[in-house]
Amino acid sequence: MTNGWTDIANADVILAMGGNPAENHPVGFRFVMEAKRRRGAKLVAVDPRFQRTAAVADHFVQIRAGTDIAFLGGLINYALQTGHVQVDYVKLHTNAPFIVKEGYSFDEKTGLFSGWDKDKKQYDTSTWQYEVDAQGNAQVDPTLQHPRSVFQLMKAFYARYTPQKVSEVCGCDAEAFTKAAEIITSTYPANRAGTIMYALGWTHHSFSVQLIKTAAMLQLLLGNVGMPGGGVNALRGHANIQGGTDMGMGYHNVPGYMPIPKAGHVSMEDYLKVAVPKPLRPNSVNFWSNTPKLFTSQLKAFYGAAATKANQFGYTLHPRLPEDPKSGKLENWSWAYIYDHMAQGQVEGLVDFGMNPVCNGPNSRKMVFALSQLKWLVVAENFETETTSFWKSEILALAGKKPEDVKTEVFLLPAANFAEKSGSFTNSSRWAQWKYKALDAPGQAKPDQEIIGRIFTKVRELYKTEGGTFPDPVLGLDWSYTNPVSPAEDEVAREVNGKDLTTGQQLASFSALKDDGTTSSGNWLYCGSYTDSGNMMMRRSTEDPTGLGRFSSWTWSWPANRRIMYNRASADAQGKPWDPSRPAIVWNGKAWVGDVPDYPGTSDPEKGAGAFIVLPEGVARLFAPGDIFKEGPFPEFYEPVESPVDNPMHPGGQSHNPAANIFKTTQWDVLGTAKDFPIVGTTYRLTEHFHYWTKNHPRAIEMMPEFFVEIPVELGQEMGIKDGERVRVTSARGHIEGKALLTKRIKPMTVAGKKVYQIGMPIHWGFIGLGKQGGSLANITTPPVVDPNSFCPEYKGFLVKLEKV
Amino acid sequence: MSPVTSASALQVKAVSASPHTATGIKDVPELTKMIDVSVCIGCKACEVACQEWNDLKVDEIRESPPQTYQTLPDLEYNFWQLIKFNETERDGRLLWTLTKYQCMHCEDPGCLKACPAPGAIVQYSNGIVDFVQENCIGCQFCVTGCPFDVPRISPTTGKVYKCTLCSDRVSAGLEPACVKSCPTNAISFGTREKMLAQAQGRVAQLTADGLDHAAVYNPSGVGGTHVIYVLPHGDETSLYGLPTNPKVTFVNLWKGPLKWLGNLVFAGGIVGVVLHYLRYGPREVDESRHDDVKH
Amino acid sequence: MSVPTITRRTFLTTGVAGGVVGAAVSVFGFDVQPAAAQARTLKIERTTETRSVCPYCAVGCSVIIHTLGDRSRNVTGTTVVHVEGDPDSPINRGTLCSKGATLRDDIVNERRMTKMLYRAPGADHFEEKSWDWAIDRIAHLIKETRDKRLITQDYKGRSINALTAMAVVGGCTDSNENNYLIQKAFRAGLGVIPVEQQARI
Repeated sequence: MTNGWTDIANADVILAMGGNPAENHPVGFRFVMEAKRRRGAKLVAVDPRFQRTAAVADHFVQIRAGTDIAFLGGLINYALQTGHVQVDYVKLHTNAPFIVKEGYSFDEKTGLFSGWDKDKKQYDTSTWQYEVDAQGNAQVDPTLQHPRSVFQLMKAFYARYTPQKVSEVCGCDAEAFTKAAEIITSTYPANRAGTIMYALGWTHHSFSVQLIKTAAMLQLLLGNVGMPGGGVNALRGHANIQGGTDMGMGYHNVPGYMPIPKAGHVSMEDYLKVAVPKPLRPNSVNFWSNTPKLFTSQLKAFYGAAATKANQFGYTLHPRLPEDPKSGKLENWSWAYIYDHMAQGQVEGLVDFGMNPVCNGPNSRKMVFALSQLKWLVVAENFETETTSFWKSEILALAGKKPEDVKTEVFLLPAANFAEKSGSFTNSSRWAQWKYKALDAPGQAKPDQEIIGRIFTKVRELYKTEGGTFPDPVLGLDWSYTNPVSPAEDEVAREVNGKDLTTGQQLASFSALKDDGTTSSGNWLYCGSYTDSGNMMMRRSTEDPTGLGRFSSWTWSWPANRRIMYNRASADAQGKPWDPSRPAIVWNGKAWVGDVPDYPGTSDPEKGAGAFIVLPEGVARLFAPGDIFKEGPFPEFYEPVESPVDNPMHPGGQSHNPAANIFKTTQWDVLGTAKDFPIVGTTYRLTEHFHYWTKNHPRAIEMMPEFFVEIPVELGQEMGIKDGERVRVTSARGHIEGKALLTKRIKPMTVAGKKVYQIGMPIHWGFIGLGKQGGSLANITTPPVVDPNSFCPEYKGFLVKLEKV
Repeated sequence: MSPVTSASALQVKAVSASPHTATGIKDVPELTKMIDVSVCIGCKACEVACQEWNDLKVDEIRESPPQTYQTLPDLEYNFWQLIKFNETERDGRLLWTLTKYQCMHCEDPGCLKACPAPGAIVQYSNGIVDFVQENCIGCQFCVTGCPFDVPRISPTTGKVYKCTLCSDRVSAGLEPACVKSCPTNAISFGTREKMLAQAQGRVAQLTADGLDHAAVYNPSGVGGTHVIYVLPHGDETSLYGLPTNPKVTFVNLWKGPLKWLGNLVFAGGIVGVVLHYLRYGPREVDESRHDDVKH
Repeated sequence: MSVPTITRRTFLTTGVAGGVVGAAVSVFGFDVQPAAAQARTLKIERTTETRSVCPYCAVGCSVIIHTLGDRSRNVTGTTVVHVEGDPDSPINRGTLCSKGATLRDDIVNERRMTKMLYRAPGADHFEEKSWDWAIDRIAHLIKETRDKRLITQDYKGRSINALTAMAVVGGCTDSNENNYLIQKAFRAGLGVIPVEQQARI
């Protein structure tokens, strides 16, 4: 979230789209209700289904699953056509005035941008660039009139997204769209703010990153980014998914969102050449120029005394991302690709901390097959899961195998749960909140730090005694914890924050980090979370002096305890808040006061360093230059890879995302067509359950006992299916059975002149648990497709057929 | 001190089948739970909070009403409150009128009046109507006496159960578990005066938003209730599954004409037979009621 | 699950039994005070309260875990009697959703794993093993995989020290501290490239 849960109460308009916050984040949703009750805020819900959020919305629009970019593109067009744009904000804080290089174009007929290589099936992005001068500074036209200014290009690009077009693509009423557009774009005046709440309904698509970009563009045009009550707010789905992401739990980066060193980066110098971008405007802060300090300090935390100047502070010990020898391209080891490589027999072992890929991966049958290729599998878990027991005949049957065929050694390590260990969770607001251990784990169950500690110290012992391949990083790793087999959370938290190695003092802020090996910090983003004054994540002050819900002394928020990201954009060129009743930060002539500024604290606004300090432009990108996104500098609407219709934006042209990654590895990596699978399927969570855990919980099962398929009443009537009867849902990958729940909450729709039905499948059930399980695992049907930027699977929006059992 | 804590002590106001009226009641403010239907998102936190706090668990999962996410078809002896997922269509749009259904804690409780077992039903001066299972004889007169169809008998203990408005929590100065849990503040709890005022305030807000018939549900036929609702469509209580004009149909037999009978039959120890006859007449026990909890 | 069936006979029995007890009180005049004394006792009267954070979605609701057992050195078997929202939290202000309200079921649950289980190659069942045995075996397997498959030099002869023959996944309900330890031990220590969590799915 750019802003945070408590800040949503400051909004005048809330768009809940690509998420169902009342259902999946009910407690966070209280701030929506608060905004409605206290400020008279309006809530607009846009979703394939009338659901819990829609039920309390002021306006609800039902759209076809996966057509969100068309809807948002329509909103951008509406804003530009009606003048519902906060022009001063756009001129100051976005790249709207930037001039794009000649040669960039978009073909409305084919739906492709300039640079498409048919054979390689990828873009040459060299034309997607700014016009730059001899010093490398991007050229701008402050009047926004230049025909190649981002503003004019954007206006022309989205002119195609008329209300009629939106209606044709999304299957909604043009009037319902226009009403939504009126409410949503009503926040363009400086004294109004609107927020967008989204979740996996946006990320689970083959165009997910572009989709979120479209939302950010809309918010920038309306002047809502950086504003209290504004922002683009991703409602994250797990207690510490944010913290895990921060801690580098992705193959492509290291803790603190620095890129992982690549095969070509033989020395740290090579790495830094790429990791530090060149500024694109004269006064741009270009925050990532600090990378040498941040990364060196991290290496010092990792390798301690073994990180020396001679070995580039341990750079030579750190792994680098390999290139595929065949293609020369960097290898992809993102989540779905791990299992793809595994299915090909390239992965021997998997260590799994509380994750259930059999259930939560797409295309479950492939997941089971992939696991069956492993030599060994270690799972630390609270409950038996479909993954710990994938080799049991009922589950293995999904991959057409028998237990005796599967040679995988499996270790199910009983693990402590959240209540049985201390440590911090970072919520969606980026607040790192400390929790305390309440009791011991049951039986022989152990906390994860002990599982990690025991495994690592044992492996290290083996390297010490037996030697082995490149033992240097194993032996050199600084594992000098008081109790190496179970490092205490407190000790680790101090290390993550970092210290001055000369004085031994905990650092107060990442601005103190150095690139000469005299400071260490496991993750610069958390520098300040555990200072010499103590563990800031334990703070419990409920003070809110501004009344804006910042709660700056409740726990600790990254970065630097800042509660609203990009808060410099909440003020104008002179540093005065756009809305004085809702200030985030204010320039008082000497310094920025209010929230912790997302800006150099004493930098005079007149100097014009841009508000978006992490970008080399210094301003937000309406146009994304270069190869940031694989499929284009402006988000275009593409159909889901499995779609019931040809893309109405460019019929006969490119229908789905040309850059989408489609797996073709196993027999289950297949796609279906509308001829065989005429219905749009989508998946989602329900409020009563949490993923695949609560199927072990008696009271959760009491509330929602069994899997069901939500079917439009009209479709049920057409097929002679009655409520409560058993139905089978089949995709090209496989089929599942469940109870039919006939509902008016999903209405049939007309898309490009064709009648289209959608059906919905909640996740939450599988093979192991209380109540009726029986293998009703929705992901058996989901497609082998991932977004080309985030590599997120397309769980929402694919093709199925429906039958009565 | 908060209104809740100041009312913490439970003072008995009325007791079932007791010829005596309680005396010496301290001046304890009446408490009320207010449910704002317009803010409810149907997350069921209240349902589980009730189950968890009261250590309840249903014996068997029953099919929910068709086409809804509702947990159970109805209340159970071990499921004291239920969100009813009422769905209708209005002007071509769907309308959810989710209603939290539980004991209403009537000012004039039909259950208490109907109950022949001394001390099985107690009304406290703060408004809570509580069942004391030790004194319950399982006759189910309370079931008949309740205009909201709330009390449920347990097939195992043969006693009747319902929401206690968390009398244990309230007497310790805490709000009921359902109120505590509600994430959107759709449920509030406090002195009756304050809750009524708050409800009126919400009605005014809803009216200003164009819901002309928004109203407070606090039916006078039972002397008012200690659970009140803010209904966005107050003119159509049926949308919420609430009776339009609930009344206490049972006369207070045990204080009136049958007082002598009460003492007599109790002394004779034949109460079960007589009461059963009084309630059902000369027919079999309603096996159907129990059948649906059998496996 | 089957429940005892009530018959007319048992119904009458319970009815009569209840009636007799009740009648005695009634005949001798009913005293209101005992009824008040029967008011339910508060189950969290003697509990230890621990501040924690809900492990489900990322709203980050603070919770209070009520345990019985005084945590003295010689006492084991602490049990959780109640989990409620922490009223101090500016996020949840004491409230919880229906999942959060079932947290006791997550902690105290007969389905929890309490023993180290091992499935041998080709087997159709788990067997119990000791932790020491398991850790030793796992460490040997990891070392074997790493020794054999670590890419010290790539196809162009560049030193990369990358291990892709094993992967580490998970951690979205683990603390920041444990996520950091996973990074440190497996990525920085053993050289594992595929370290991924739930964010992408």
